[in-house]
Amino acid sequence: MRNAVGREIPEEIKGYGKTIPFKGVGKHIPSGRKASPPKKATYPTRTSKVVKSLEDVIKAVELKDGMSISFHHHLRNGDRVVLQVVEAIDKLGIKDITLVPTALFPTHRELEKYIRKGTISRIYGNINGPLGRAISKGVMEYPVVFRSHGGRARAIEDGDLHIDVAFIAAPAADHYGNLNGVMGPSSCGSLGYAFTDAMFADQVVAITDNLVDFPLTPISIPQIYVDYVVEVEHLGDPKGIVSGTTRITRDPMRLKIAKNAADLIEASGLLKDGFSFQTGAGGISLAVARFVREKMIEKKIKGSFGLGGITSYFVKMLEDGVFKTLFDVQCFDLEAVRSLLRNNEHVEISASFYANPHNAGCLVNKLDCVILGATEIDPSFNVNVNTEVDGALTHGTGGHSDTAAGSKLTIIVSPLIRGRIPTVVEKVLTVTTPGETIDAFVCEYGVAINPKRQDLLNRAKEAKLPIVSIEELLDKAIKLVGKPEPLRLKDQIIGVIEYRDGTVIDVVYGIEDES
Amino acid sequence: MRLRRTMMYVPGNNPGLMGSAGIFGADGIILDLEDSVSINEKDAARNLVKHFLLSHDFGKCEVTVRVNHIDTPYGLDDLREIVPCKPDGIRMPKCESAEEIKRIDELISEIEEKNGIEVGSVKLFAILETAKGVFNAYEIATASKRITALVFGAEDYTASMRTNRTKSGEELFYARSQIVLAARVAGVDALDTVFPDINDTEGLIEETKLIKQLGFDGKSVIHPNQIEPIHQVFTPAKEEVEKARRIIKAYKEAMERKSGVVALDGRMIDAPVVARAKRTLFLAGELTEEV
Repeated sequence: MRNAVGREIPEEIKGYGKTIPFKGVGKHIPSGRKASPPKKATYPTRTSKVVKSLEDVIKAVELKDGMSISFHHHLRNGDRVVLQVVEAIDKLGIKDITLVPTALFPTHRELEKYIRKGTISRIYGNINGPLGRAISKGVMEYPVVFRSHGGRARAIEDGDLHIDVAFIAAPAADHYGNLNGVMGPSSCGSLGYAFTDAMFADQVVAITDNLVDFPLTPISIPQIYVDYVVEVEHLGDPKGIVSGTTRITRDPMRLKIAKNAADLIEASGLLKDGFSFQTGAGGISLAVARFVREKMIEKKIKGSFGLGGITSYFVKMLEDGVFKTLFDVQCFDLEAVRSLLRNNEHVEISASFYANPHNAGCLVNKLDCVILGATEIDPSFNVNVNTEVDGALTHGTGGHSDTAAGSKLTIIVSPLIRGRIPTVVEKVLTVTTPGETIDAFVCEYGVAINPKRQDLLNRAKEAKLPIVSIEELLDKAIKLVGKPEPLRLKDQIIGVIEYRDGTVIDVVYGIEDES
Repeated sequence: MRLRRTMMYVPGNNPGLMGSAGIFGADGIILDLEDSVSINEKDAARNLVKHFLLSHDFGKCEVTVRVNHIDTPYGLDDLREIVPCKPDGIRMPKCESAEEIKRIDELISEIEEKNGIEVGSVKLFAILETAKGVFNAYEIATASKRITALVFGAEDYTASMRTNRTKSGEELFYARSQIVLAARVAGVDALDTVFPDINDTEGLIEETKLIKQLGFDGKSVIHPNQIEPIHQVFTPAKEEVEKARRIIKAYKEAMERKSGVVALDGRMIDAPVVARAKRTLFLAGELTEEV
């Protein structure tokens, strides 16, 4: 079946089941009731939930072959929780586990060993880095399912994605299972991605390296959801969890792109009191934030909220009064962690609150402007952030398709050429985010506006922005670096890219193992 | 006439930098074969620059090439290879006398003729960077019709003057004044030296204000981040532009009435005021011809 972005989607995929092809944004309306976790009874006779080791807790939750376990990725590349848990499962001889992480990172490449042993048989979650390349080369029998942040929360709440046991890394916990992420040696800030897991998994295990006296405050995830608490020596390596500083690029080309993007935001007419904004932590994105901040201060604009992964730069904007509130699903640096702890206008939110399309209204719907990146973009403005130029599935979707769908103005920023690899291509290898939700592509050669946004195009013309068509950029890219040869891919589907509403927007095929 | 507020040096041996040089909004770029290219890379850089000139789109930039001086072992080959690619201009270092300029002019004419290029179409930007060159500024500026601008090079100049460069730049004051005066008399542009500290934007702005006040048309730059601050200094304020528009309007109306007297708001406007107004509109991008 061909879906609404022209991709051929099989009716059924082994290891995924029957598919619903992507129908277009807002076209798939769910029905029925939400999933719900089992009832539990805990009486005053149970005074502590602390179990002494990971193996003991795995026995206590009666984890069995074929069950699913989940993790959150706030510890990012510093995380040691996933591997500690999988090692313990392996020691107990349990097999055929489905891993449901929000995201995995390069540090999780060792999981390949447990995939090969049969401990792990499926992964329903985003993968960043070398493990994704191994999967592209065919290390798993069943495809990995990539979902956006909002899409994952939706899948769990809708009952598409069942979690038997959620393992929640908790930088601070008390013995009765109250948790937060803002204290202790492994502080990561917001625990937003884990909220849905805590509320919907059959059983919930908190893992901490910082067990404090009852009651822990502030409470991010309350004891009512948590069945067990395990103390370990370390959750991970703090250096990989958060970076001490966030730097704005000095690269003149990237600054030029950021300036073009900031000028487009200004030209759009959205930059006025009540403005809401999201950018990532990348060099160009932060530079856009800097230019936007300067414009807001100069024009005395009072913004409404900053959203998403929060950096020290957004904290500064909150403290300067540029934005009234920050909604934080993930902290990118220590300054953001500190701010979350001390500032009431810095609010920790769940992935569902952030971006789930199947609730009564998520925050991305209130977003004026988001700045996003791209690995590839094509003349239909479809964007790929999942697969590399060689076809390897090495990047998670993150909030890309969520914020693009919600935001009034979605701007993709990227150099036209990186090294000798073009960003604008005839057809993206993988569609992560549909072009109908992208308003503009901004690169060093100018601003390309989606033709469906004539209003924006007119405003950009009026503001004398350097306008180019996406086709002109494609020609330019071909002229500069030539036309890439088509990739040779295998027949095996190794990845399924789900759109946030649960439909399948694309599938990813395996690549040849040349090693 | 064209704007030459910023002309950016790009090393001729760096394809990455040459590839993106056109996107930063500089009025001109200078593909450099001289000081930024080491002796053992001279031929490779020359080749690379040649191919960039023939195949690359530098956008709206005026494209010049700084060659090696003709008395070096590379200068003649530079001209022979580069002139046929029809850059907008050749930037010649260490110019010191009218004879030298005439020699270069003849060489370029020969190459143009041989390659079927209209003789005189490749412009010359003369860099004055020695005591002698600065002293002879006027004769250099008038030695060839190709001369489009006198360009000051302060680093070598201060060495030749047995002094060194300071931030405040007292040691450059006479040379700058001499160059801008010679340029004005000869009817060519005057372009100032580079500001070497790429991280000191405030210092750059101060120096640009100074050279603008002295009468310079622009400045050489060594980093894309220097372009915007210089353009800001050279861009007239809104009120100035508005006033200039009214002066030109009054002037045109007076011309149409064939009236010798131009008045605005009850005050007489004389020729220098009109000239300044035209210059203001030119810098604001509203006039393509400076009169």
